[in-house]
Amino acid sequence: MASITLDHIAHVYPGAASAAPHYALKPIDHVWRQGRAYALLGPSGCGKTTLLNIISGLVTPSEGRLLFDSQDVTNVSTEKRNIAQVFQFPVIYDTMTVAENLAFPLKNRRMDRGSIDRRVGEIADLLDLRPVLNRRARGLTADAKQKISLGRGLVRADVSAVLFDEPLTVIDPALKWELRSKLKAVHQALDMLMIYVTHDQVEALTFADEVVVMKDGAVLQIGTPADLFERPAHSFVGYFIGSPGMNFLPAVVSGSRAAVDTATFDLGMSYDIPASGKRVELGFRPDYATVLPTGDLPVRILKVEDLGRRRLARVALGAHEAVATLPPEVDLAQGEPGWLHVPPEHLHVFVDELRIEGRPA
Amino acid sequence: MRFQGRNIGITVYLIILFLPIYWLVNMSFKSNYEITSRLSFWPHQFTLGNYAHIFFSPVWRGGFIHSLTYTCLNTVLSVTLALPAAYAFSRYRFIGDKHLFFWLLSNLMAPSAVFAMPFFNLYYSVGLFDTVWAVALAHCLFNVPLAVWILEGFISGIPREIDETAALDGYPFPRFFVKIFLPLIANGIGVAAFFCFMFSWVEQLLASTLTTINAKPIVSVMTQIYSAAGEDWGLLAAAGVLTMIPGAIVIWFVRNHIAKGFALGRV
Amino acid sequence: MMDKPWSNRAWFLVIPVLLVVLFSSLLPMMTVVNYSVQDTMGQNSFFWNGVAWFQNLLDPTSDMGGRFASALVRNLIFSLVVLLIELPLGIAVAICIPRHGWKVGATLVLIALPLLIPWTVVGTIWEIFARQDIGLFGAVVNGIGIHYNDTEDATSAWATIVVMDVWHWTGMIALLSYAGLKAIPDAFYQAARIDGASRWSVFRNIELPKLQKVLVIAILLRFMESFMIYTEPSVVTGGGPGEATSFLSLDLVKIALGQVDLGNAAAMSIVYYLITLTICWVFFTIMTQLDQRKGL
Repeated sequence: MASITLDHIAHVYPGAASAAPHYALKPIDHVWRQGRAYALLGPSGCGKTTLLNIISGLVTPSEGRLLFDSQDVTNVSTEKRNIAQVFQFPVIYDTMTVAENLAFPLKNRRMDRGSIDRRVGEIADLLDLRPVLNRRARGLTADAKQKISLGRGLVRADVSAVLFDEPLTVIDPALKWELRSKLKAVHQALDMLMIYVTHDQVEALTFADEVVVMKDGAVLQIGTPADLFERPAHSFVGYFIGSPGMNFLPAVVSGSRAAVDTATFDLGMSYDIPASGKRVELGFRPDYATVLPTGDLPVRILKVEDLGRRRLARVALGAHEAVATLPPEVDLAQGEPGWLHVPPEHLHVFVDELRIEGRPA
Repeated sequence: MRFQGRNIGITVYLIILFLPIYWLVNMSFKSNYEITSRLSFWPHQFTLGNYAHIFFSPVWRGGFIHSLTYTCLNTVLSVTLALPAAYAFSRYRFIGDKHLFFWLLSNLMAPSAVFAMPFFNLYYSVGLFDTVWAVALAHCLFNVPLAVWILEGFISGIPREIDETAALDGYPFPRFFVKIFLPLIANGIGVAAFFCFMFSWVEQLLASTLTTINAKPIVSVMTQIYSAAGEDWGLLAAAGVLTMIPGAIVIWFVRNHIAKGFALGRV
Repeated sequence: MMDKPWSNRAWFLVIPVLLVVLFSSLLPMMTVVNYSVQDTMGQNSFFWNGVAWFQNLLDPTSDMGGRFASALVRNLIFSLVVLLIELPLGIAVAICIPRHGWKVGATLVLIALPLLIPWTVVGTIWEIFARQDIGLFGAVVNGIGIHYNDTEDATSAWATIVVMDVWHWTGMIALLSYAGLKAIPDAFYQAARIDGASRWSVFRNIELPKLQKVLVIAILLRFMESFMIYTEPSVVTGGGPGEATSFLSLDLVKIALGQVDLGNAAAMSIVYYLITLTICWVFFTIMTQLDQRKGL
């Protein structure tokens, strides 16, 4: 299968009031391409698991169509969809050995013994499960069990998409990195479509070629990790991605200048604020904002955090606060005044939470 | 398809389950004459006479009151005694803890028949014979271990960090137990109380052995009807229906906790 | 979870329970033991009888021994039969209980209702229900040609008691199993669907293993309860016809309270009690082993 298409998919959970239906998933149109790794990123309750379950068939969408290549599979049952799903906690069959676990889907599809054994061996090698193949699945560690869950999904040769629902949740932090690398290696080896749901941006950004950021049932932005970092389309994306996230200051923008209280920022480009725009904010990342001993924008340093590799300063700009980087050579301390510098190309204007583009001044 | 099979199955089961009960209710509204003369699915001569007899008879009324009394007494007693013990079993290790727990459980399984005679002697000699207290205490034989077993399971589900935090915050143990801990296991207490109520309400052998006149429970009144008034089926049926009501009320109140409760906190 | 602190002061918390149970259990048992090794010539004078009562009891050729042995066999057969019926039936019912909506509460209440009926009334219900003249069951069964009369015919009496017990207690197994099934996370069922597992396969590989602990508790409770059964057969058949349904408890009560044959009653009580203790110990061991295996 070369692609999965979401054609105006939306979902309202049954039992919701029909007068003003509350969308668990707002209408989406998107095409997922084979061979690429996607992440669905967002806070709890944003609809990412609902979307995943619609793709796998565990939930039938209340609106829209789902297409595998050009075939409408909206009402096709899960077992006929050629997808595999790995859940938050390991799902294994307690009474079986690892080998029997891996062989289970093939036995249900009535493959012959020889082919089953061969296929189980291939997957076991891919996931480093050879050593434990004949042990009872019940006694293994959580990360081994998750690998078994994954293996069971991959063992069917006709599987063309693997869906992950926060699979590292119960894994020891020490082992998370290892398992993540293994997932990436599997992706490269098998050239499959992989969709990975998580609320952890580090997982999303390291795993995926493209990230889908969601909130409250809506897709806010789809892009590469670099896109999301540099050009967030929605203020939530700016806030959610990055550690710490983007600063947002209410501003009054005219032409190529933005005024935050008494401070004026030079935007480099000219912005036309629509008259209907109610909330105008100036956004910039702490990574690109610096506090120096001299400059145009006076701030007062409230707190300095030394993270080893870099130092962050929480500063007060008029009545507002922001976080900026304190370069190692600058010797300013808490309570002292400083000056904020933000290069114009890293300043973004958000109107009602959506980023608007400027035009050359 | 799968769903329909399940619904049909459960409906059939429930219907079969209720046939005997329906039959009893049916009979309770008939006069003895009608009962013995023909078999009918509903009372052709509907009568409330059986129920009236029960309501107006001090013996019958007394029977119900006594039964309800000792059941409630026993429930309160069992749960109250069991709480500290369950806490101890759950939170601490001490000398003989495993053996004590086993011995407690074994009392749960003790045949009442074995204890009927000794109890008779025992309660007679302490002067409690033929009182509701005798039955309430006697039922502690199996209800206290049951309550301890259930509560221990629930208490183990509460992380001990809560106890430790309260101790660090300076709460004296009794105050912590009553104000903080009990609300957390309210679920478990409800379940334990439900089971104690259930096993005390349904028990017959000990209840009738330890009473004669003053504390006669409803179950004794019913068994004695056989010999006394011949075979007054309508009356028996009406009494039977009435004894099901307290049980039905109690289940209704705990219906949302039944599933969890039956796991005894151990699923 | 095994890092419980050691504290002998915890005994204070346990003392109230200990006292009550000592009063209710140990004290009475002491009198029983007392009676079991003594004999009486009437007028409250006792003399030492050693283990004579026990020897008599455990000797199948003696009157008492024969009676005890056949009652014991009856009980074991009865417990086995009802377990074989109630376990699968209870699990099947549990699988059929709806999972969502208002129906759940209603169904659970209905299933639980037979459990809260006083045992005398259960007996009364079935006594009436099984008669051919005034009972629906008796009338229908005889009507379709099967000869059924539980006061005259031993097979009918057994059938009635078994059916009554199944009616009475299946709900408990159903509710226990339901609790166990509810604890299984949805993801297991979802994964099974993706794996293409059949319904039977799901039951065998997911549900049954996860129900293990609950089923052990169910078997323990049902076995013990059926081993001690007294009230229902007492009401329905009185132990008859003849001795067909004279279970251990029925016999014991007859001897102890009816005939006031203290020596025999006491000996029988102790042997009866020891048997239940042994079985209880076996189950307890199994349960703790299951606990340890799961790493609890």
